[in-house]
Amino acid sequence: MLREAPVSTRIPAFLKSNEKEILQDWLKEQTGAATFRADLLKEKDLREESHTFLGALQTAAQGSIEDVSGEGWSGVKDFLSDLSRSRAQAGFTPSETATFVFSLKQPLFSMLRREMKGDAEGLVKEMWGTSVLLDKLGLFTTEAYQATREDVISRQKDELLELSTPVVELWDDVLAVPLVGTLDSARTQIVMESLLEKIVSTGASIAIIDITGVPTVDTLVAQHLLKTVAATRLMGADCIISGIRPQIAQTIVHLGVNLGEVITKATLADAFRVALQRTGWKIEKKAGERG
Amino acid sequence: MERIPILKMGPFLLVTIQVDMHDQLALTLQDDLTAKISKERSRGVLIDISALDVVDSFIGRMIANISAMARVLDAQTVVVGMQPSVAITLVELGLPLEGVHTALNVEKGMALLNRRLEEVRA
Repeated sequence: MLREAPVSTRIPAFLKSNEKEILQDWLKEQTGAATFRADLLKEKDLREESHTFLGALQTAAQGSIEDVSGEGWSGVKDFLSDLSRSRAQAGFTPSETATFVFSLKQPLFSMLRREMKGDAEGLVKEMWGTSVLLDKLGLFTTEAYQATREDVISRQKDELLELSTPVVELWDDVLAVPLVGTLDSARTQIVMESLLEKIVSTGASIAIIDITGVPTVDTLVAQHLLKTVAATRLMGADCIISGIRPQIAQTIVHLGVNLGEVITKATLADAFRVALQRTGWKIEKKAGERG
Repeated sequence: MERIPILKMGPFLLVTIQVDMHDQLALTLQDDLTAKISKERSRGVLIDISALDVVDSFIGRMIANISAMARVLDAQTVVVGMQPSVAITLVELGLPLEGVHTALNVEKGMALLNRRLEEVRA
């Protein structure tokens, strides 16, 4: 069987000789596209980026244009991942980001048609090679874009975790933890740690855990709550659980969860009243005041 | 031999654990403490563990044991100065030290013991 020898591509040479025209065509293509974001990107910056990319592409294409995972393509890939990252952060959509690469198809194809007039066989081959290459690079941009977004999401998740578990000082010696959202083991750990640290730093003797914002209480959540209460007690502080809604009270009993000797109150106000009593405070209402 | 000192403060005894506990040390402490409680007729024991960064189930059980022994001899036990990480570890180990009184620091522990003593006398 006759095997076709790998024909070296002529694209690098074409890129070099047609650099100006391609850049011009490509810029026109990008700025004219529906996905162009004139509000986020200046034409001058775009020109610079496009120019750098063409230079990198030209260097990389001198190796193989079939295998972009090779060493020679690291420059192009680094450039593309930087570009995707900055565009993702600036608020571009995935398609707007990928258009940067895909819009290069048209200028390259017209260049090939110009240069290889008469050689239909060669033209088709080069066009196919270019198309596959640009598809790969386009997909790469999308992947880099996705990775950046995922980083953002995981960072936000961490921040949310810390933001959602504040420990507040209600009164001298009285702390409150308003819990909002589901209580899983990771969050319990954070709640416990921040509550205990706060007990040490303030010397508080009573902590109120308010679960008004906890949508459901199952056996696991109840267990997490009991653990927090036990740890608080070990630190020498008492714990009150407040904000138990009627449905949750029913669920707790139906599940057979034993809250033991933990003080529970229906509302934060009730719990606060108990806390003040225990710490020896008394609030009096002035006669004649409204309210 | 290594020993954990037991200090007498009025009707109470003060024990500060500052070294790594091992079996022999814990047993010696139990012996010394029970002997001292009955000799001095102490009404309360204050165990300060603020210097402990790491606990295991052994130390957890030892604290519970000492407290139970003191109770038999009619003395209240208060454990004070527990680090947050230690508290979390004990809870995760399933040793919430039921029946042991706790306080944030020595000062509050002493106040608690005094309060308890007054309650008993009243």
